Parts: sequence; structure tokens; C-alpha cells
Amino acid sequence: MDTVDREVNGAALTARVKMQRLRRDSPPFLLDISIEVPPGITILFGPSGAGKSTVLDCIAGLVRPDTGRIAAGEEILFDAHAGINCPPQARRIAYVFQTLALFPHMSAEENVAYGLDGLPHRERSARVEEILEAFRVDKLRARKPPEISGGERQRVALARSLVTRPRVLLLDEPLTGLDAELKATIVDDLRAWNAARGIPILYVTHTREEVDALGERVIAVDHGRVVSEGTPIEVLEAPRRKRLAQAAGFENLLGGTVVDLREADGVMRVRLDGSLSELETPLGYAAAGDRVRIAIRAGDILLATVRPQGLSARNIIEGRILAMETRGTLVRARVDCGVPFIVHLTPGAARSLELAERCRVWLVLKTHSCHLVEE
Amino acid sequence: MNMDALLLSLRLALCVSAILLALGLPLAYWLAFSNWRGKFLLETVVAMPLVLPPTVLGFYVLMAMGPHGPLGKLWQMFFGHGLAFTFEGLILASVLYSLPFAVQPLIASFESVDRTLLDASSVLGAGRLRTFWRVILPLSIPGVVTALVLSFAHTMGEFGVVLMVGGNLAGVTRTVSIDIYDHVQSLEYAEANRLALILLALSFAVLSVVYAVNRQVGRHLGGRLWTPWTAK
Repeated sequence: MDTVDREVNGAALTARVKMQRLRRDSPPFLLDISIEVPPGITILFGPSGAGKSTVLDCIAGLVRPDTGRIAAGEEILFDAHAGINCPPQARRIAYVFQTLALFPHMSAEENVAYGLDGLPHRERSARVEEILEAFRVDKLRARKPPEISGGERQRVALARSLVTRPRVLLLDEPLTGLDAELKATIVDDLRAWNAARGIPILYVTHTREEVDALGERVIAVDHGRVVSEGTPIEVLEAPRRKRLAQAAGFENLLGGTVVDLREADGVMRVRLDGSLSELETPLGYAAAGDRVRIAIRAGDILLATVRPQGLSARNIIEGRILAMETRGTLVRARVDCGVPFIVHLTPGAARSLELAERCRVWLVLKTHSCHLVEE
Repeated sequence: MNMDALLLSLRLALCVSAILLALGLPLAYWLAFSNWRGKFLLETVVAMPLVLPPTVLGFYVLMAMGPHGPLGKLWQMFFGHGLAFTFEGLILASVLYSLPFAVQPLIASFESVDRTLLDASSVLGAGRLRTFWRVILPLSIPGVVTALVLSFAHTMGEFGVVLMVGGNLAGVTRTVSIDIYDHVQSLEYAEANRLALILLALSFAVLSVVYAVNRQVGRHLGGRLWTPWTAK
């Protein structure tokens, strides 16, 4: 066991999977993804239905890809051409499911010990003890999953997966529904556990906050394909596809035509569809007359009740408030500027500006808040 | 009161329930998890006794077990006597007749086990057998209890099949329901009533056990009661 551990320690996971998924309720879906997961946390990010969970299922061996190759370090787990398909039992890949899939009839301790069947009793209890403490659930060992809280269940599920000393850990949105603070402590414990072991951890999520909080490396997928890879900033700040831009929190997606390029200033002007308004955006690979899409976060737009002057921001557009709604600590305003814009502001700002429906307003946008999105 | 018939019925019901459990677990597992296309055919065969008149089933079983039937011949070869009108023959017929009452609740509870739990078990290194014993079966306890109790009760009370296959031999094939019938034929109503009351009480007790267990376990596991009349 120990020699195996040393061998695979630090070995990257590589997976190339291709499969046609026929679903009853949606058009056929082609998954064609190639990823490399080095030791440490890598985030697989994308909207729901992008194929993230299917990739995990393929890596774990629960779903057989039509073709491709999956390897952990030197060891091949699946190779369609060579006819290799290692069963999930033998892959030593841990998988924390979205629903956690704790066995409801077993105590936390029995759940954790489940994967250590072949071990002698003494080593088994030592390992269970160690991991229960590492994830701070040793006090709940006798309780069954329905009797403990959500965060505790997530810890037990992590402990159950990691006690087997896997060579790869797959996490399918395991921390959904937890508040940020709780999430952070669990992730810290996970990082601490992995500091000594250095296994690749592939963490699937569709929420931007998790990418920001966890990410060292992000792989963005959409429509069954990898669309970008890199640090969270690189991936999130430069969305390349419409659906990805939405997933990454861009509330405004506008179509437009390039009017002219000002290479010296590094900007270009874009006339928005259905309006006379023009926006100055960063220079893209485009020529005058080209169609482009611009993604703007609702929180990046400033709102003024009088025409602003003396600002560095280059884009000032006049409009009228169509609707306002308060969602918790956020006010969401829909503004008609010929094209509809969504603007986020705080309730305090909305009050002090005395904003109301039909109010005349000016939107202020920095050039670099206007992200170009591939058509 | 002559308790021979009642004891015989009890013995028969116990044997049949035990056999059905041993037979029903693998059969139900296969029916619940197999992806074989022709599965519905086997499902149909298993469910047949639910709709078939006992006399029809009994008739064909009798034919098969008779001295010229395939089962009868085989039995003769191994044990030197026929199968029809014996206790063993009765067991065989009862197993067939009660098969759906054992298999269907098992299928229903196997199918209600969350498939992600099975995936989790595989990923944690457990093979099919271990997954079955440690995950599927413990989560299917209501189904197992229902299966046992229903096969027991159904065998206790069966009449038509027993009459066709076993005849009416005291101490060998005269079960309690046949005894009651005999008493009524001979106008011994008091005797018939005593036996009938015992069966009535037994059925009530047995079914209340099923409901109680399902309620208890269901509260923990979210299991649902299976009965032939709530089957899909």
C-alpha cells in the first residue's frame, strides 16, 4: 500500500473523453473534452448541462466514454484503443457526489470505514480515527447522516472518500448550499489534508463565487467542450462564449457593430443594435463593420441622475428606469437606453438618489468594463 | 379440535417463505438492475400467478408433476416416488403460486434505493455482492419483511392450487383451508368456524406486522409499503 502511495503521489490526472450522449429531454449532446489535472485543486467550471458531471463519471469509471484515454500518472485507467477499462472499484479515485451519497443506515464512522474493507481491524480503526479528526467530525462518529447538519455531512463525505488514500479526488459541487464561511473552513481542511499528499483534486462548480474562492487553476467547459483554461481571473474576465459569459455573472450581453478602431488609444467604438448609443470598448480582433458581442457586469455600471461631467469614464449613456426590484441587499434596475441594461446598486444608493421607475438616468461605463465576447 | 391441518399449513408456509426468500433475492436483484431487453417477459411470468385462477396454475403444475410430466419423471428418477399428492409437490406448487408476492415487494424496494449510493459503493471499492449485502439489502428491509410475510400469509390461505396438486390426504396435503372446506361440506359449522377464526386472526396479525414494520423503517429510510394492490 505504502509503495503504491509513494509512486502515485503527485501524479497528474489526464483525461480525454469523447462521447455522444443521447438524452430523452434534450437534443443529442457531444462531449469532447481533454483536460490535465496537476496535483492541487483544479476547478471545472461551466453552466449546468455543460457536461461537467459526465466528465467526472467517466474519470471515476461509472460511465464509459465512447472513446478516449484516462490516466493517473503512468497508470492507464481507460483506453478505448487498447481496450483497457479499469472498473471503478480498482481505480482508487475518490468521488464526492453532489448529493454526497452517504449511506443513510450507517453511522458516520461506519460510512468512513466502508472503503477500508480489506484492511486488518487495527489499521482500519487507526485510519478512520485519523481522518475523522482531520475533518473534525470525530465527535459525531456514532450519528447517522440524517441526524447531522449539512456542513457536517459534507465533512463526513470528504473523510469517507479520502480515508482510502485515493490518487485523485473528484468533487461534484459538494459544498453547494453552505454559507461562505463554512465553505472556506471545509476547503481549508481539505487543503491542509492535501498539503502532505499532493493529489490532483478536480472540483466541479457552476458558481462564480466558488471559482474566486478556491481557484488556483480553472478549466471552463461549455456545450461539452473546454472553452478556456487558466487562473480564475484569466478565465472569468475574458469569457469567450455567450453562455459562459452568463454563467460567469455577466448580466448584460449586447450585440453591436464596430464603427471604427482607434489603435493608438487601444480602443474601438461599437454601435449597439437597435440604438444610436455607442460604446467605447477595448480593442479586439475586429474591423469596422464587424459584428461583436459585449458583456458587461451589472455591478460595473455607475448610475447618475444628472449628466456627469469631468469623468475618466468614456461611456455615458442616457436612459430611463423601467423597473426596480430589491433582492436582499441588492437593487436591480432595468434601464432602457434604446437597448435594455441591467444595473445593480445598493439599497442605500437607490434611496439617496431617490430612484424610481420612469426616472431619467445616465449610465457610466468604463471602457475596460466592456468585455468583448466571441460571437 | 384436530390441529393437524393447521400445523401442516404452518409447516408448508414456513418452508415456502424460506425458499421464496432464497429464490426471490437473486431473482428480484436481477429484475431490478438488469438492462436486458427481454426482461419484461420474465417479469410477466413472475407476475402471472397474480391474475391466473389457482385452478389453471394448479392444473398445469399437476400435469408437470404427474407420472408422465417432466417434473414427475425427474422426481421419480431421483427419489423413487412421484411428486403429485406429496408435501414436496405442494411446496413446489406453492412456491410458484406465491412467487409474485415475494418478488414484487423486493423489486420495488431494490429499485427505490438511490442509485448514487450504489455508485458511491463501487467507487469505494465494493463489488456487487458487497454492495448488495451492505447497502441494497439493509435499505430494503421493509421489502424483505413484506415479501416474507406476504408469502407466508398467502401460502397459509391458499386453496385452489393445493386442491389441484395435493388433493386431500390427511397429514400430508390436507391444509387448513381444505380442512375448513371439508368441515363445511360435512355441515360441521362449529369446527369450520374455529379454524376460520384462527386464520382470520393470523392474517390480521401478520398484516399488522407488515404495516407496523413499514411505518417504523419507512420513517428512517423513506421506504414505502408494498402491497399487491398498490403495485404499479
